[in-house]
Amino acid sequence: MQFAKFLFSRLLTYVLVVWISITIVFFVPRFVPGSPVEAVLGRLMSQGTTMDPKLVQSMRETLTQMFGLEGTLWEQYSSFLNRVLLTWDFGPSLANYPTPVSVLIARALPWSLGLMLTALAISWTLGNLIGLLAGYHNKSMTSKAIETAAMVMYPIPYYILALLLVILFAYIWPIFPFVFQVSGVPGSWPWIQSVAYNSFLPLMSIVIVSMGWWIISMKAMAIDTKEEDFVQYARYRGVEDNKVMVGYVARTAILPQITVLALSIGGVFGGSLITEILFGYPGVGTLIYRAILGSDYNLILGTVSLSIIAVATATLVLDIVYPFIDPRIRYK
Amino acid sequence: MIRIKNISTFYRTVQGTVKAVEDVSFDIYDNEIVGIAGESGCGKTSLMKTIYGNVESPMYIASGSIELEVEEMGQKKVISGQEIHRYWWEYISYIPQASMSVLNPVVRIKDQFLDSFLQRDVRTIGKQALLDRMAAYLQELELPPEVLQSYPHQLSGGMRQRVIVAMATFVHPKFVLADEPTTALDVVIQRGILTMLMKLQKQLQNTFIIVSHDMGVHYQITDRMVIMYAGKVVEIAPTAIIFERSLHPYTEMLINALPRLGDDVQRTGISGRPPSLLDPPSGCRFADRCYLADDRCRQVEPALLELEPGHFVACLKREPGKEWSAHE
Amino acid sequence: MQLVKPRLVVGLIIVSIFLLLGFVAPFFAPEDPTAWNTYFRNLAPSAEHIMGTNNLGQDIFWLLTWSIRNSLWIGLSVAAFATIIGVLVGLSAGFLGGFADRILTLFMDIVISVPSLPVLILISALLGGKTSLLIIAGVLVLFNWPWPGRQARAMSLSLREREFINVAQASGESSAKIVVLEIMPFVLGWALANFINTILVAISAESGLAIIGLSSLKDATLGTMIYWAMQHQALLLEKWLWILSPIFAIMLLFIGLFLVSTGWSDYFATRRGRQ
Repeated sequence: MQFAKFLFSRLLTYVLVVWISITIVFFVPRFVPGSPVEAVLGRLMSQGTTMDPKLVQSMRETLTQMFGLEGTLWEQYSSFLNRVLLTWDFGPSLANYPTPVSVLIARALPWSLGLMLTALAISWTLGNLIGLLAGYHNKSMTSKAIETAAMVMYPIPYYILALLLVILFAYIWPIFPFVFQVSGVPGSWPWIQSVAYNSFLPLMSIVIVSMGWWIISMKAMAIDTKEEDFVQYARYRGVEDNKVMVGYVARTAILPQITVLALSIGGVFGGSLITEILFGYPGVGTLIYRAILGSDYNLILGTVSLSIIAVATATLVLDIVYPFIDPRIRYK
Repeated sequence: MIRIKNISTFYRTVQGTVKAVEDVSFDIYDNEIVGIAGESGCGKTSLMKTIYGNVESPMYIASGSIELEVEEMGQKKVISGQEIHRYWWEYISYIPQASMSVLNPVVRIKDQFLDSFLQRDVRTIGKQALLDRMAAYLQELELPPEVLQSYPHQLSGGMRQRVIVAMATFVHPKFVLADEPTTALDVVIQRGILTMLMKLQKQLQNTFIIVSHDMGVHYQITDRMVIMYAGKVVEIAPTAIIFERSLHPYTEMLINALPRLGDDVQRTGISGRPPSLLDPPSGCRFADRCYLADDRCRQVEPALLELEPGHFVACLKREPGKEWSAHE
Repeated sequence: MQLVKPRLVVGLIIVSIFLLLGFVAPFFAPEDPTAWNTYFRNLAPSAEHIMGTNNLGQDIFWLLTWSIRNSLWIGLSVAAFATIIGVLVGLSAGFLGGFADRILTLFMDIVISVPSLPVLILISALLGGKTSLLIIAGVLVLFNWPWPGRQARAMSLSLREREFINVAQASGESSAKIVVLEIMPFVLGWALANFINTILVAISAESGLAIIGLSSLKDATLGTMIYWAMQHQALLLEKWLWILSPIFAIMLLFIGLFLVSTGWSDYFATRRGRQ
């Protein structure tokens, strides 16, 4: 009963978040001066080709229809909601006509998810492990040094570290490529090697920065948990030191870290968009960037809407899964 | 038995050294229930921690020694204070004050129970065999075996405390230390736990050391009592004698504060407070609250003397050769 | 126990240096630091140009101070508005309670959950590089006020139960007066930590947009400085100071701000704990 109530209110927030975000995405282009149709036409004109005004007019109509800008505001809005939430059809991409936007997104999404999830998995595991050790032995000098390093790493934005890594390891000391270029047959061993080699710097830039936070927060949590009665009492019951650290301190302190993981997904996603662009990594970030450069209106709306839904959904999933991990919440 | 010799346990703090336990000596014998009594802030818990060998910064042992003497298969074995922690749970175990937070909130009882065993012991004996034995033991202690499958917050306060007692005594340790084992529980449950402790002691024939500020608890289950005041032992005697004819005015005061059946006057409780252990007064530490105290009491520190066999008192007014009457 | 931790001191020193560089140093700039071809191009560092000049003929040091100035302005103004709005809404929610509280809390939760960077990218993309810093700052305020808002709400809920509020209420003071006089001082300590965090978030978001060319490209900020350096091949020309100085400036500034915010939270918590 309790859980059903929680699920309902959580789902309600989710629906509201998605709805409001999509509505914002819908209205922003309409409040911003300049029409996307005229922008495309303007670009064509400026390339120097003289065009028949009739042709221009028919192009204007085609583009208006293609961008979903026909009819009243209400009609446009309801068809936009329908496109985003139900059919996932954002129309064709302008720059890659007639490939549908959804196909381009489907191609880029696995890359983005792969990068993000790998980075999160590595930094979360490693950061919590280091934080736990540093917190459990918090009086040692190593522990203090680790905390200082983490405090310096954490506030740096992903893309700044990404830039620094590119400059250091692709220009000054060129051991990694500065343009993402994968070779080999997809799925083959050389291809995997090439992907790993090319993804290394973007991955590191996300891992290093996000690890800082896990170290800082896990260390603080481990220090607090270590003083809890049940940890002290476990020691009094003769439980071995390593078992106390893993089964008592880590097991309890890790739970809030899972909630924070849910909260951090949005930030990591946003940050990795820019990281992708800087490295030319073939994910959603680079897709958005290419769309912007090519005034690819449908692709812009599609990728931005997708980013919002992806972040909201990931957060929702972690929130719902969380009660199953923490028995205190399940049985309350 | 446990031999406590001239033990002083201090704390380092910013304000200075807190002398929580100062120059305490007494023996604890096999097969008895010893109670340590006194108001809070008198060093009971610090003494308990010292006996348990759980001395961690900022607490430290300033002087003295503690020895556990265990007889195993006809052989005597002496364990010094620094080594005690290696024998936790096996020879000497601890029952903390009943509270929500003593058990790991996110782990089932059975797994917490198994955690006390070494990995290799679990392997040789077998996990299921251990759990079966634990279930049988719990039943002996009037707990349904299903509690093994539960999480701590699913149990009532009384049940949790029983589980903790069961965990602490499962491998039949020679010594069991209990720090305010019933304080946070309501009276009915308190009685149940105390009866359980007494039954266990009879069955295991081992030594229980009970710390409590509640003289009622001591009256119900202890055989012998140690009264502490401001870091010092002021009186030691069998419990019956303490309640019948205690000699130290502080003990008297503790007993008089107890409510009695048929009382129609409200008890006045205890007036005043133990002195700060940062800078304890010279002479008898109880002098400021004592109706017998005179100038000499404020200057000369009384020694703990055996006035009759097994009855020790530290009070200048009760020294042999002095004329004194029990009540004014 | 030590009250002021070294981390707060280090943070304050770093942040003060940036405040000096951003708000005092630009007054001493001999020429407009953003104008092109003020000096000879690509000069090496010297007494006259301590960080040299770039291939647009700008003095890198003065350009850097000007960029710091603008970035700090964005950070400070976004943080100020977001904190003020957040604290006011949060306090009202917590103090009013009931239905108003539920609606406001839901609203704050929703705004927090909307991913702000994609929306910012969308706006900037549609404006096609003609974004002004004002618009970016405005959007950042819209997305950042609920963080201090939620904190202020939680604080006012716990403060509402305290004795002195009841006393004030019983003595017939108006709700508004209670909020301003009794609760505010408590909230402000926390709001300061939040304020500093928001500065960080705002500068970070603007620089991120700027680096991919989506901020106001005519204004010099730390982000656009990096963008122009990359656009004008600073890397291939090996003009390291041009591109690395804003990168290290951002890193140092953020480390400084972070140290101040955590250091202050610790300090404030200990001080409160002692009362």
